[in-house]
Amino acid sequence: MVPVDLRYTKEHEWVRLDGDEAVVGITAFAADQLGDVVFVELPAVGRALAQHATFGVVESVKAVSDLFTPLGGEVVAINDALAGQPELVNSDPYAGGWMLRLKVADAAQVDGLLDAAAYEQLTSEG
Amino acid sequence: MTASPVPAPHPTPLLDRHEALGAKIVDFAGWLMPIQYAGILEEHRATRNAAGLFDLSHMGELVVEGPEAGVALAAALVTDPPSLAIGRAHYSMICAEDGGILDDLIVYRLADERFMVVANAGNARVVSDALAARLEKFKAVLDDRSLATGLVAVQGPRSLDVLGPLTDLDLAAIHYYGIAEGTVAGVAALVARTGYTGEDGFEVFVETRHVGQVWDVMLGAGRPHGLVPVGLGARDTLRLEAGMPLYGNELDRRTNPYEAALGRVVKLGKRGPFVGREALEKVARDGTTRRLVGLVLRERGIARHGYPVLVGGAPAGVVTSGTMSPTLGAPIAMAYVPTAHAEPGTMLAVEIRGTPVAAEVVPLPFYKRPA
Repeated sequence: MVPVDLRYTKEHEWVRLDGDEAVVGITAFAADQLGDVVFVELPAVGRALAQHATFGVVESVKAVSDLFTPLGGEVVAINDALAGQPELVNSDPYAGGWMLRLKVADAAQVDGLLDAAAYEQLTSEG
Repeated sequence: MTASPVPAPHPTPLLDRHEALGAKIVDFAGWLMPIQYAGILEEHRATRNAAGLFDLSHMGELVVEGPEAGVALAAALVTDPPSLAIGRAHYSMICAEDGGILDDLIVYRLADERFMVVANAGNARVVSDALAARLEKFKAVLDDRSLATGLVAVQGPRSLDVLGPLTDLDLAAIHYYGIAEGTVAGVAALVARTGYTGEDGFEVFVETRHVGQVWDVMLGAGRPHGLVPVGLGARDTLRLEAGMPLYGNELDRRTNPYEAALGRVVKLGKRGPFVGREALEKVARDGTTRRLVGLVLRERGIARHGYPVLVGGAPAGVVTSGTMSPTLGAPIAMAYVPTAHAEPGTMLAVEIRGTPVAAEVVPLPFYKRPA
């Protein structure tokens, strides 16, 4: 079961809207596929990101994966805790493992994202 | 318009057991093998602290037998197998005429006139073909037992406690790099005190038809000691911490043993010709322009296979393997660098996604088990 109040991408990022800001992370499915996360590289605060742009990388023991932002906007905060505890991405992907907080540039972009039911269907199809 | 046929990967004889244990399965060197079960970090730590159980049935087992088996191998490999006592083993390599490494191997002396050469899965065919050709003019025959042999390893400080009650052998009497013939879980087995993790441990060679039973008994007996099944993912992080090379990463056809910091393995003092001797003598005499080193990153990042190593800001080397070391909690790597910059303490950089990240040359291995 994925949280119903979030929106998702096919690349397994989630986004939670919070007023005119949005919080971004990766899903439990993605974290499980990656395996133990040992490193997260995030952008500088203040950086402007276009929708679906690469915003960083997440590395498990074995693999390096790019991270894509579900929405465009300016980075207003990053989760500094991940520098010391990257394993939060595995253990608490939808809360403690958050990655970015964005000032959303265009709220209409949300309409193009998957809802929980659609994302759940995507992952159940493998 | 037909693609060249890719042979279907060969399932390990333990595939059903791995799937039942929830393993993720990958195609590795033409074999369907478990890459992880519970998770690489957990499996890595269990092996360092207690014990891990490994399915290595993909490895190649080549038995060389005959009155000239020893001298034939001495002519085929860079080491001197006739110098081995019966029941002992050594690390070896098989090279091409130009000194390039075809594979790294372990050679076991099973009897006066019988040796077992264990090759990497991805090279088993190449090694088997090369050995067959090199043995032709000797009174020695090659028997490729790879498919007929299953291999299970127990590695970690509790290995002896796990395996001891399951065998008629006195395990404490088997030396490091020794091998003995006995029974494990009631079936005939060769038990070798070798491994690829930096820990004490044993490798158990049995007939393929018995490997399921041996795996089940070892897993069951090991659980109370903290043993867990370990996949290829943790096998890679364990061997990297132990500074052990992986063929395809640190070693390949274009690399000679001296570049790989394995010149001590090459026995130039042995009698007679061997394949690669002239080329390797020249390298030993002239030295090499690049050398394999250990690196520890001193800034945030993880170096990966293929990333450039920078000297004075310019690309001058390449990372062969890298990971976040679970035991050290630091990013470690092995890399080829110019020999002039290979001394421990030298500060270099690894280019990670376009950004130079400071890296210090350190002695190998990164991890040595407590005495």
